[in-house]
Amino acid sequence: MVAVGVNPEITRLFELLGSVADPEIPVLSLLDLGVLRDSSIDDYKVTITITPTYAGCPAMAAMRADIETTLAAAGYGQVRVQQKLSPAWSTDWMTQGGREKLRAYGIAPPVNTACAHAADGIECPQCGSAQVSKISEFGSTACKALYQCQDCREPFDYFKCI
Amino acid sequence: MSSQRKALLDYCIALGDDSLTLGHRLSEWSSNGPFLEEDLALTNVALDFIGRARMFYAYAAEIEGKGRSEDDFAFLRDCREYRNFLINELPNGDFAFTMARQLLVDAYDMDFFGRLAGSSDPDLAAIAAKAVKESRYHLRRSEDWIIRLGDGTEESHRRTQDAFEQLWGYAAEMFDMSAQERQLADAGIAVDRGALEAGWASKVQAVLKQATLEVPADDWSIRGGREGIHTEHLGYLLAELQFLQRAYPGLQW
Repeated sequence: MVAVGVNPEITRLFELLGSVADPEIPVLSLLDLGVLRDSSIDDYKVTITITPTYAGCPAMAAMRADIETTLAAAGYGQVRVQQKLSPAWSTDWMTQGGREKLRAYGIAPPVNTACAHAADGIECPQCGSAQVSKISEFGSTACKALYQCQDCREPFDYFKCI
Repeated sequence: MSSQRKALLDYCIALGDDSLTLGHRLSEWSSNGPFLEEDLALTNVALDFIGRARMFYAYAAEIEGKGRSEDDFAFLRDCREYRNFLINELPNGDFAFTMARQLLVDAYDMDFFGRLAGSSDPDLAAIAAKAVKESRYHLRRSEDWIIRLGDGTEESHRRTQDAFEQLWGYAAEMFDMSAQERQLADAGIAVDRGALEAGWASKVQAVLKQATLEVPADDWSIRGGREGIHTEHLGYLLAELQFLQRAYPGLQW
């Protein structure tokens, strides 16, 4: 196990992993999403540790496969992706850059703190209005809810706070 | 395997069975929801439950250490080996019945997983900490729906009241502790479910009151899920769930 930034191999690994995108929201990298927990190189064997966003999220299987493919293409022969549940993933781990990418993509980013009732502070990603109403607690994927802007009338996805 | 290890294995399997049977029932709504957003919501909640089942079964497989996989637990056990609460296997009925069941289960899950997150077993605690975050969303939605349906039209009120009457006696077994589970609870691993009943009842009653619904009478109960004694419905559920692995053993895609 080596600390990030000390071993140039690890730095390179993180650069590569930064190019792996969330299969459902391709503007977000796995680094933006905050699911990467750890990486280590031991005798040329690479171990990447990720944490699931939602327990049943089908994107997790695609992420594992994408990590393996990306690292294999970069010449890493033995790659293992393992899952770690604790501590449970939180949208608090999403990077600021990731939040901005989400907004530009048309998805309202999670409001900053993981809270039980996250209805306050959601802004329309199109016009920036705070006059929004919830259409459904669950949207096109487990991580999103459906909202509509009361000013520009656009419906939009909100990345739920968890 | 020590008796406590065996109890832990059984505990994980039962929790996996609860999640899988209800997740499967909810998945049956896919493409049959009352409208598109609700179809998506039901399917999303189904995924959360199936994801839980995978985590519990994967942990059970590790504890058992005999090379069985999470899929083996799901697809290659018959009714009498399933240990889920009966409420989870009941057919979906109408939308009111589905949401009434969700309210009863989600309210229970919030407390149950909230406490299991403090288990002295780190793997169980990790799964529970993950699950409780999702249950918080599930419960908000089931509360909203029950209030809308109960305090809605004459028909939605009647259907929702009927649903709670039909479900009420199935909730009782959620609070029964077996001797084996008691042993785990004493060791700080399992949750004392009996202690959850009062809080659950007052939570559910408050929602029913707001929904202008009557709290059903506690004059009947049906139990047996944790002992493997099921309703006839589980057999049909498993026949569909397990068909591919039974017809084509080991099939993958």
